Amino acid sequence: MSVYPYFVAAWLMLVGGYGIVRSRNLVHAVVSLSVAQAGTYVLLLAVGYQRGALAPVFGSTTKPNKHVVDPVVQAMTLTDIVVSATVTALLLALAVQVNKRQGTPDPDELQALKG
Amino acid sequence: MTTGQLMPLMIAIPIVMACLILAAGSYLPRVVTDILATATAAGVAGMAAALLIHSGHSRVVTWLGGWRPARGVSVGIPLVADPLNAGLALLVAGLVSCALLYSWKYMESVSGRFFALMLLFLAGMEGFTLSGDVFDMFVFFELMGAAAYALTGMKIEDKTAVQGGLIFGVVNSLGAYISLFGVGILYSRFGQLGLPQLGAMLRQHRPDALVIVAFVLIITGFLVKAAMVPFHFWLADAHAVAPAPVCVLFSGVMVELGLYGAARVYWVAFGGTIPHADVTRAFIVFGALTAAVGAVMCFLQRHLKRLLAYSTISHVGLFMMGFAVLDDDGTAGAALYVVGHAGVKSALFLLTGILLNRYGNVDEHRLYGRARGDRLTACLYFAAALGLAGLPPFGLALGKSVTEDAVAVAGYGWAPVLFIAVSAVTGGAVLRAGLRVFGGLGPRPALESTAGAGEESTGGEEKPETGGLPRTPVTMLLAIGILLAGSLAAGLLPDAGQAFAHAAQRFTDAAGYISQALSHAGAAPPRPDPAVAWTGEGIGLDFLSVALALGVAFLGLYARRLPAALRRSAAPARPVIAVLRQVHSGHIGDYVAWLFTGIASLTALLGLPLL
Repeated sequence: MSVYPYFVAAWLMLVGGYGIVRSRNLVHAVVSLSVAQAGTYVLLLAVGYQRGALAPVFGSTTKPNKHVVDPVVQAMTLTDIVVSATVTALLLALAVQVNKRQGTPDPDELQALKG
Repeated sequence: MTTGQLMPLMIAIPIVMACLILAAGSYLPRVVTDILATATAAGVAGMAAALLIHSGHSRVVTWLGGWRPARGVSVGIPLVADPLNAGLALLVAGLVSCALLYSWKYMESVSGRFFALMLLFLAGMEGFTLSGDVFDMFVFFELMGAAAYALTGMKIEDKTAVQGGLIFGVVNSLGAYISLFGVGILYSRFGQLGLPQLGAMLRQHRPDALVIVAFVLIITGFLVKAAMVPFHFWLADAHAVAPAPVCVLFSGVMVELGLYGAARVYWVAFGGTIPHADVTRAFIVFGALTAAVGAVMCFLQRHLKRLLAYSTISHVGLFMMGFAVLDDDGTAGAALYVVGHAGVKSALFLLTGILLNRYGNVDEHRLYGRARGDRLTACLYFAAALGLAGLPPFGLALGKSVTEDAVAVAGYGWAPVLFIAVSAVTGGAVLRAGLRVFGGLGPRPALESTAGAGEESTGGEEKPETGGLPRTPVTMLLAIGILLAGSLAAGLLPDAGQAFAHAAQRFTDAAGYISQALSHAGAAPPRPDPAVAWTGEGIGLDFLSVALALGVAFLGLYARRLPAALRRSAAPARPVIAVLRQVHSGHIGDYVAWLFTGIASLTALLGLPLL
């Protein structure tokens, strides 16, 4: 297994963070957060991957003695996706509401909370 | 039914009740929803109390679904209760019960959703506390996070509330994902997620770069929740805009749970590999910085909820220093400090809620002298404020004296000075606000901001959560009374100190935790419990901090009447204060940039000594 996917995972996490730092729109910031989280998906799937192994579903085609990829990280990734869906939906709703109340989605122009 | 089976129920019952309330909320009369929600939280508190009593003898371990470990390896998920986290579970449920009781009359216009969210929040916190598995901790961390973001931004007509909720959500979720990244790295090396299994494997392992990076990433999420400088920015924004009963849970226990998570993960999983001295140094640095920044920012506030929020940041820094010395005394002191602080700080938030409800805003300057006739509220406020400054016999004072002593013994002789200064400045700021609001003391403060237009949150536009009640309802006063009594009990009950010492001893006994979780061995306490009790010196220092707090309060009130020469001597501090204010910009990008700076410095502090 090459180290390449690990670099992709780290890069996604960093570029997502950078996206939030430089964001000019709250919707963009929330989506950048999802990009950062995509880094965790790549990392987890890369951890469990084995070359030539099958999907971890045992049945008539995959006998229990066959090599399969790690199902634990796949379960973790699925949980992670569920968490992400909830949080992203909630944050997008808040971003829309900020735009409605303050008249701008640009973090540079929000004035309500200072000091 | 065994005690072990209580633990999954403590998480499942609030979730089921939350769903029921959501589904049936619009058909049920409000009073039924109130009673159902509060009874659920109180029931969980009862279960936590039973768990606490049982765990005093021996740790309670449950493997979910019966997936027990075989030869030290397991794919199962353990829930482990020792006296410290069982006590924390009790604190969580107790605070949720009080907050819900207060909400009967306070959150007048809310529907079932508020109660459902509170119960989900409860479930998330209980799960995080009891879990013995790092991935599970992440999941519960996000569950309590999602409920907390929604509770913060609940007043969607309020422009500050939605902005505060959004900042809170983005910063905390990013922290959680960074934690998950660390969990993934750890799993790639060891193939385990349970804390006891990881601990058993890491004990035979050298601390190489991968282990250090995994540790830093995992605790980053928890330190974001614990509001360590420079991860702390979200806290003041979220506390300032959340409804008062929600602030109680944020300040009283959610922030401290972050600290608990970091301490638990270090003790059980990483304690055998990363040297104690390096972790102590790193955490003392972070804790002291947090305490100092929080205290200065606290004194500068006029928005009452923001003021209390910065005081929380400052105190969490002190708790961190207690845990950082990594011994029984420091842990016992910090745990006691957390419980004592939860009582008085929660009471202060609820009292601020009463002010908001009666007078329509939470701006110290606008409220000047407004609450003069309100004797009962004033008495409760000053009792809690003096308790925050460290007045014995509140549990906070005992926790403070034990912690400062433990940190000083560990070789940081300057620690008691910092502890007393922080207690005096934060307590003084709260007392100053009280003397202005309830006593009308000092010259009338200017209404317009002195920090320059738009550079300060004043709290003048905060919307009340109720339609102005004619008198303070008895349920609200009862909740405040219970909280203050709880804080007093932690300091006054004769065996309280000893119980905390025992809990700390069990918490720091990582080898016992691992062997008992993996093989169900009945672990005997290997060391005697440390002595935790009032000492003459400790009480003296507590009274000193209260006296200094009163001094700080009057200095804040009458600063303008000081001779000009004295006022000029404070001039060098002005640029520092201006920079501090500007750094707390309410800008989401700035906060995330600080977060990455924090990760870099934590890595440097932990990694460089090992090169």
